[in-house]
Amino acid sequence: MRARNRELVGLVPASLLVTAGFAGVFIQRQNALSNISLTYGALFLGLCIAAHVFIRITLPRADPYMFPLVAVLASFGLVMIYRINPTLARQQAQWFVLGLILFAGTILLFRDYRKLEQYRYIIVIVSLGILILPRLPGIGYAANGAYLGVRIPGVFVFQPAEVSKIGLVIFLASYLRDTRQVLVQGGRRFLGITLPPLKQFGPVVIIWGLAMAILVVLSDTGTSIMFYGGLLAMLYVATNRVSFVVIGLIAAGIGFYYLGTHIPHIHARVETWLHPLNPTLYHAPLGSYQVANAMFAQAAGGLFGQGFGRAALTLPSGGSLLPAPQTDMIYAVITDELGLFGAVAVLLTYLLFVARGFKTAMLARDSFSKLLAVGLSAMFALQVFVIVGGVTRVIPLTGVTLPFISYGGSSIVANLVLVALLLLVSDRARRPA
Amino acid sequence: MSGPIVRLFGVIVLLFALLVFFTSRWTVFEASSLNDNPLNVRTLLDELQIKRGQILAADGTVLAKSVPASENTWSRTYPNGPLFAHAVGYSIAAKGEASGLEQSAAPQLRGVQTGLSSIFGQLSPRPVGDDVYTTLDTKAQRAAQLALGGEAGSVVAMDPSTGAIKVMYANPTFDNNGPDPGQNCGAKDCLVNRVTQGQYAPGSTFKIVTAVAGIDSGLYTENSVINGNSPITVSGVPLNNDGDQSWGPQTLTTAMTYSINTIFAQVAEHVGRATMTEYMKRFGFYSKPPLDYPSDQIAVSQPWSSVTGKPFPPGSPDEDIGRIGIGEGGLLVTPLQMAMVASAVADNGTLMTPHLISHVVNQDGQTVSTTNPSVESQVMKPSTAQAVTRMMEKVVEEGTGITVQIPGVTIAGKTGTPQIPTPAEPQRTQPAFVAFAPADHPKVAIAVMIDQSDGGYGATVAAPVAKAVLRVLLSEGQ
Repeated sequence: MRARNRELVGLVPASLLVTAGFAGVFIQRQNALSNISLTYGALFLGLCIAAHVFIRITLPRADPYMFPLVAVLASFGLVMIYRINPTLARQQAQWFVLGLILFAGTILLFRDYRKLEQYRYIIVIVSLGILILPRLPGIGYAANGAYLGVRIPGVFVFQPAEVSKIGLVIFLASYLRDTRQVLVQGGRRFLGITLPPLKQFGPVVIIWGLAMAILVVLSDTGTSIMFYGGLLAMLYVATNRVSFVVIGLIAAGIGFYYLGTHIPHIHARVETWLHPLNPTLYHAPLGSYQVANAMFAQAAGGLFGQGFGRAALTLPSGGSLLPAPQTDMIYAVITDELGLFGAVAVLLTYLLFVARGFKTAMLARDSFSKLLAVGLSAMFALQVFVIVGGVTRVIPLTGVTLPFISYGGSSIVANLVLVALLLLVSDRARRPA
Repeated sequence: MSGPIVRLFGVIVLLFALLVFFTSRWTVFEASSLNDNPLNVRTLLDELQIKRGQILAADGTVLAKSVPASENTWSRTYPNGPLFAHAVGYSIAAKGEASGLEQSAAPQLRGVQTGLSSIFGQLSPRPVGDDVYTTLDTKAQRAAQLALGGEAGSVVAMDPSTGAIKVMYANPTFDNNGPDPGQNCGAKDCLVNRVTQGQYAPGSTFKIVTAVAGIDSGLYTENSVINGNSPITVSGVPLNNDGDQSWGPQTLTTAMTYSINTIFAQVAEHVGRATMTEYMKRFGFYSKPPLDYPSDQIAVSQPWSSVTGKPFPPGSPDEDIGRIGIGEGGLLVTPLQMAMVASAVADNGTLMTPHLISHVVNQDGQTVSTTNPSVESQVMKPSTAQAVTRMMEKVVEEGTGITVQIPGVTIAGKTGTPQIPTPAEPQRTQPAFVAFAPADHPKVAIAVMIDQSDGGYGATVAAPVAKAVLRVLLSEGQ
């Protein structure tokens, strides 16, 4: 079967999922199967087929599995959000449409994505510059103590980190392509370890500082880990030097440890992470209530989950039992309703997508393409790790979205652009030489 | 660059494996401890969504039922409120608080929730629990409330042949309706069910136990003659009869009829600490009665040391067994325990296990379980029971319990008027009356204990309450 036909067939499960999911929610809500569920399924299928036709025309050789995997995740997310709040689901669907438009725009505008390299310094400056927006008075806002977004009331809410991650990867892919040889060969060996030359290593050090600054200024552990992890991943692929990664991890470890023990608001977050079931922390404002209830929700799910639409999200008093269920905590809701099996299925879907991204990097013929594909895939994987890790208490919780599933306009739009870039790299890589 | 890409993917797989491991940790390995964590309110929320079954009196009067609250949740109302509040208790699912039958019968009231319902969660209907029929008698319960008036005290009646509790009423009571039961009842201990938790001095009602021990051990008969002079020295301290009356030599029957302290103190001392303790244990003292009621709302009946402020270990050499034999010596009992004493004598020496639940009916009207009468212990020989019954009949016929007489019914009873003087009220007493009737084929065993009276007697304060309740219970089913 040809690549594009495989992609088309791959969309069928996504549409079945969205139809079955809505049917499930409707049964739960009103004990009646509404034909609206079929309408939703049909609409979603229509959108996906339109995107597929577009890819068929513009990128005929691109990886056939990526887009269906995205469709599965997005349709699953839409159903989950609908189950939590139907109004938000409609907005999410609108964001999905806008995301697909930008997805198409990216593909049309950057048919030769390598021209992005020309703008790498503009891209990196803008990417880093917008990160500070959430701290600006008037438009910035904090969620759970972290400065994550910009809000212009009534117009839109925007999370700069979602966009910045793509800009940062483009810059690093280009920069490391140029300096990778120097980094390896210009290095001096000291005690058997290759130390990189400071001049070329400078920008890398700057990004280390950036990760720390994000942590201190924005209190955003998740973005900090995601960016820094993405950097190390690309550095490793570019240089094949484990020593660089080890040095980087040690530097980050020292930095995180120092900040975690010396900056009060970061220390507080570490405390809630380590002791969520401490009654004092549990009842404290900005305390461990959310993390503890994420654990309780997962415990309620067990192996098979409580059944779709059955997770308790609100208290009878109207208070929130699981704060931010449609964004930060959506993984906890999934686990509550579909159990360990459902949660692992979602994680495997992400892993398959990431595997396709890495496969694209392997097939790519030039260093920039390889680094771009690896960087985007690794950043995507780290985003999943950071939010799921936060919910499951592997790391402290921060409000990063679960790509394609969480409610959030910037997230779905930015991640569709990310997919567009990966498909562009893939199409070029699979073109006959 | 292929090598590093593959290895990097390996690292990402490891990171995802870490996520799976932690998810398993919360969903499986530590799930039960998380579910039981006191901070976790999810179990309570599940509880709110269950439509609990009704609690009903023996005649079908609804004592507790579920009414719809906010979406998908239910709350409890108690149509008879304070009348049955102690027996029925309350359930506030939102706070995870429950008491009384609402607590002890929770498994039946919630119904069986199977594990399969989680897999097919959305398709199964919301769970509905079973209805619990109690043995409680609405009319007799109301009679007890009426007879007590506002007086603090308790009334408990049971069927000696089955152990079925017919009446369980205590003052002060509370309204079990509303979100915060017992908040506005006026007395701070209104949530205490005096029938099962009250700590009363049994006084002379305990002479029934002493008589059983004396006769059943073979040391005495109902006609044994003992010197009833007053005072005598018991454990180094003088002990007086009521009014310091010296009765001279009297039979054990007469001693029971007129409640002669000095004779029963001698019987208890002669029977001895070990045998007395053995009979008390057979009646159920020294342990919580096995009632289908929350055990944290049942108190033990036993003697307490005024020196240590703690219960004596059973058979302790520090006990003043002579005074325990007349219901003093630090002995504190629950009314339920004294009803069990009367019940054992009434049922030819067999103590039946007391119970409140008669049967459980599911939503399809099928009876899913029935409480079968079971023997708790054989306290005494039938001949002993018959002898003690005759002695107790005399009490009502011509002795201290004459006030309880009902025409056409032989009642076997025993009064008690322990003195609990205070500086303000030197005459304060704690009147009690324990009885069963009809004496020849007992249908009811009853214990009435009044918290305090200014000089009143068991015969004048407690016995009339027992009489009112007995009238109702004996008139039924005839």
